[in-house]
Amino acid sequence: MNAALIIIFAVMVLSICLGIMAKKGKDMDLEQWSVGGRGFGTIFVFLLMAGEIYTTFTFLGGSGWAYGKGGPTYYIIGYGCLAYIMSYFLLPKIWKYAKENQLLSQSDFFVSKYKSPYLGILVSLVGVVAMIPYFVLQLKGLGIIVSESSYGTISPTIAIWIGLAVVTVYVMVSGIHGSAWTAVAKDILILVVVLFLGIYLPIHYYGGIQPMFEAVEAAKPGFLALPDSGMSPSWFVTTVLLTALGFYMWPHTFGSIYSAQNEKVFRKNAIFMPIYQLVLLFVFFVGFAAILQVKGLTGPDADLALLKLSIQTFDPWVVGVIGAAGILTALVPGSMILMAASTILAKNVYKVIKPDLSDAQVTRTARYLVPVVALIAVFFTFKGGNTLVALLLMGYSLVTQLFPTLIFSLMKNNFVTKAGAFAGIGSGVATVAYVTITGETVGTIFPFLPQAIQDFNVGIIAMIVNLIVLCAVSAFTKSTAVVNTKAEKAL
Amino acid sequence: MSLIKWLALIPFIGLLGGTYFANKVTPYLFGMPFLLGYCVIWVVITTVIMVVIYKLDPRNREGDAQ
Repeated sequence: MNAALIIIFAVMVLSICLGIMAKKGKDMDLEQWSVGGRGFGTIFVFLLMAGEIYTTFTFLGGSGWAYGKGGPTYYIIGYGCLAYIMSYFLLPKIWKYAKENQLLSQSDFFVSKYKSPYLGILVSLVGVVAMIPYFVLQLKGLGIIVSESSYGTISPTIAIWIGLAVVTVYVMVSGIHGSAWTAVAKDILILVVVLFLGIYLPIHYYGGIQPMFEAVEAAKPGFLALPDSGMSPSWFVTTVLLTALGFYMWPHTFGSIYSAQNEKVFRKNAIFMPIYQLVLLFVFFVGFAAILQVKGLTGPDADLALLKLSIQTFDPWVVGVIGAAGILTALVPGSMILMAASTILAKNVYKVIKPDLSDAQVTRTARYLVPVVALIAVFFTFKGGNTLVALLLMGYSLVTQLFPTLIFSLMKNNFVTKAGAFAGIGSGVATVAYVTITGETVGTIFPFLPQAIQDFNVGIIAMIVNLIVLCAVSAFTKSTAVVNTKAEKAL
Repeated sequence: MSLIKWLALIPFIGLLGGTYFANKVTPYLFGMPFLLGYCVIWVVITTVIMVVIYKLDPRNREGDAQ
């Protein structure tokens, strides 16, 4: 047992305590459990949403990408910025509608807007399928962190089981209250760790930030900008746009919108979120610092850059603090995902199939689904061989397919029909699935197009298919829809 | 307000359209590669724009205690 491990375990115990204490004095019905009784103020909502930025993907993946890919990493800063601008206009509308209609999950929103419980099932399944890779990604990150910072004494497999047990316990007991309190601990710790590493390492190894970039540029000319093909500016622009649109489409992020006290919370957050994003710069700096110091990490191993450099530079207790911060970045989003997945499976799938369930039964089902979802994710974690980035991008392409249907539903005169919503989401998801399974890119499907278009993020194609089918089917079924509304009015 | 909210489009144009022209390593901006510095500038501009929109949006004038 070294100093690093002691610190890591102390933080794990602390997060369980915080999680369980958060329950105190609250009657845990489904509304308390999943959306905190709609009582969270600016700071909690800020932290829950910021949990989205500082996941293990950004902590390990962000520095890993800076190390392995260079310039393309900057997209992470761009998409958040644009997503927050949209949040100013979008989130208050979603929140208000959700409150008026007592909605608890993302699927509820689609069910209510399009008056179709079956659309809710489709949206739920898309959401759960997208969240599983996202959760797997957190678990993989957790395994890497614990095994690296324990200097190999704990295997990733054992680390994943322990981490999973921690999340499952506090999600079952405290629901979203647990996540919010752990998010507080996480953001303080991660802020300190990231700022320290991002400033100390470039100065320690290169004498400053610009000297570091100059050294990298001298060793690998052009690495710090975008390449001419592949991850070119066209890739950058389409990826920023797609991920920005998908940002709030994750069921757990969408669900945390409901937890706010009032709609002003979102408008206030839209000011602070972009600037808070700049903390990511320091994560990138760590990855860039590692380029010339830790050699030979290729492929998925690039995700180890931050930890390898830290182990090489610091005493075990510092590594322990870094590892602890990293673990919290896996636990908070992990708990949000588990909760969102269990809520929608219980309420929007199970309850639709068995409509005679009471609210108490649905709540109980949601809780008991937590370990089930967790075990499914573990199965994929040990089975799949994908890198962190590949997992995240697939999930993003899936949830982004919900965006058009959602946006149109917020317009005053929504022309999208029930059938159009089904067909649009279905065709978009089918396209993503086809592309993911066959490994096609825009370039391989349309080899005759100019390079700039070949580099488009392939999710764009799915989005276009989605939009065309959505509009076509809506136009085709419009006449019947209008007749139906007239008939309803006549009654 | 209706006119002011179009300000929110500026970062989209700057970040998405500008990437094609800003894709280079030198000159260094704030000690960072040009493209990264360019993104950072837009993050700061975005914050300023959101402050302006927030201040001019009549919906935010109501008191905090609601």
